[in-house]
Amino acid sequence: MDKTWNNRAWFLVLPVLALVAFNAIIPLMTVVNYSVQETFGSNVFFFEGVKWFQEVLRSERFHAALGRQLAFTSIILLIEIPLGVAIALTMPRKGPMVAVCLVLMALPLLIPWNVVGAIWNIFALPGIGLLGRLLNGLGMDYNYTRHPFDAWVTLILMDVWHWTSLVVLLAYAGLIAIPDAYYQAARIDGASRWAVFRYIQLPKMQRVLTIAILLRFMDSFMIYTEPSVLTGGGPGNATTLLSIDLVKVALGQFDLGPAAAMSIIYFLIVLLLSWIFYTAMVAQEERR
Amino acid sequence: MTLARSAVERAVVPAIARAPARARLRLGWLVPTVYILFLMVPIYWLLNMSFKDTNEILGDFTLWPRNFTLANYREILTNPVWYNGYINSILYVTMNTVISVAAALPAAYAFSRYRFLGDKHLFFWLLTNRMAPPAVFALPFFQLYSAIGLFDTHIAVALAHCLFNIPLAVWILEGFMSGVPKEIDETAYIDGYSFPRFFVKIFMPLIASGIGVVAFFCFMFSWVELLLAKTLTSVAAKPIAAVMTRTASASGYELGLLAAAGALTIVPGALVIYFVRNYIAKGFALGRV
Repeated sequence: MDKTWNNRAWFLVLPVLALVAFNAIIPLMTVVNYSVQETFGSNVFFFEGVKWFQEVLRSERFHAALGRQLAFTSIILLIEIPLGVAIALTMPRKGPMVAVCLVLMALPLLIPWNVVGAIWNIFALPGIGLLGRLLNGLGMDYNYTRHPFDAWVTLILMDVWHWTSLVVLLAYAGLIAIPDAYYQAARIDGASRWAVFRYIQLPKMQRVLTIAILLRFMDSFMIYTEPSVLTGGGPGNATTLLSIDLVKVALGQFDLGPAAAMSIIYFLIVLLLSWIFYTAMVAQEERR
Repeated sequence: MTLARSAVERAVVPAIARAPARARLRLGWLVPTVYILFLMVPIYWLLNMSFKDTNEILGDFTLWPRNFTLANYREILTNPVWYNGYINSILYVTMNTVISVAAALPAAYAFSRYRFLGDKHLFFWLLTNRMAPPAVFALPFFQLYSAIGLFDTHIAVALAHCLFNIPLAVWILEGFMSGVPKEIDETAYIDGYSFPRFFVKIFMPLIASGIGVVAFFCFMFSWVELLLAKTLTSVAAKPIAAVMTRTASASGYELGLLAAAGALTIVPGALVIYFVRNYIAKGFALGRV
């Protein structure tokens, strides 16, 4: 759509700007402020320059948390995106079952995040939970509070349970927007099911899938509540993702300087990766 | 010869192409069904737990509550610590939804209709706030809202949640608004409508479904967020989610109570989702399909 150039449009944006700036800029400045200072309590601060940044960037603890975070995000993206697309492809397009499917699938998305953690906690407990009991009954030595591997499996399973529906809904929205004429043309050409998917459905879903990847990337990178309720970062540090580590440093040990430096590095990483996705998306939209 | 073959092809190929598709359709049923079962099993287990007493939870392993009890729910609905948690949550979530939608509407209109100085940068900057990890903001938020004397009030949480809800609301609304032809605006102005009257009387009804979807999303993300809500409250505005975590650690491990409280937190979401069920798919695609 052609847009008219009009700088008075700024007035329409002002309320949003004021609200978000109040919430974003002041706290962010606080964080920046802490990240360059040292304090020994009682509100006395000394300027420290980039010392905290160097410390965080060199610390093995941060590297480990970042590594775990990248592993977690990659695994859940690799599972949730294909799975979500597959489910969306097999969903009914018409009839009363559509609404039933959509409502039931969207349900996990509306459960408070700590309740999601609590649900999986109860569900996977070795002695009490259905999953834990079942796996142990099958002869597996499953205990997510003791074995790092089990903790990871439970964590990933929980995230798949929680968020795959988002990908399904997005992909489904892309699919139902494809006009019937495309499928008819494909049928006349005798296209195989794979060809229909590869040359009609996938390109048409590209846009919503980019949004799905962007949202899933951002949200999985900042995940805090669910793992903190489920495993608390344990056993040991096995599931201490970036956010959990950050909260441990900031609110647990009250190391303001390193926590603030870590916050900024963390935020910049998310920002950089999201910017890449976002630019790709905008470029895609402009190509249309 | 060629003609004959192509006639045969025309008759046979579609039939071949359709036949496996139909067979697959019958099997295709399985995938969503299995997926929905997978989604429902943990919820079933939660409900199962919520109707048991503590002895049965810890002592026996039963797929169905043997001593069916509503005691857990009764405790939650009669104890003010518990039910106030629900009231607090619903209060700040509603406030946040109203503020977010009201502020985002004009902004989204500006982004969808006009080009102005720095518009693209502004839009991306808004989105970056949706990308900010709440863990980064927890401590500064606590200090900021304490400093202006709003700590432990509903409005504090409602304002804090604007951080990620407003960018999302602007993003989705912009998508919906871009689908409305610009000629409608121009015709209305020619007919002598002022901007506010045009916006409320003509434009808003046109994107009513979009507004519904946005309200749903704001409700959803404010309802499920815990870290900021917990950081910004202590007693007076404590959300249900925080009541759950604290009670769980304070009184040992009352799983039945925890399960009942969890089951009750699903109810508002389920209600809201029922109302927007026809727009869910489009809404999740941010109005951009």
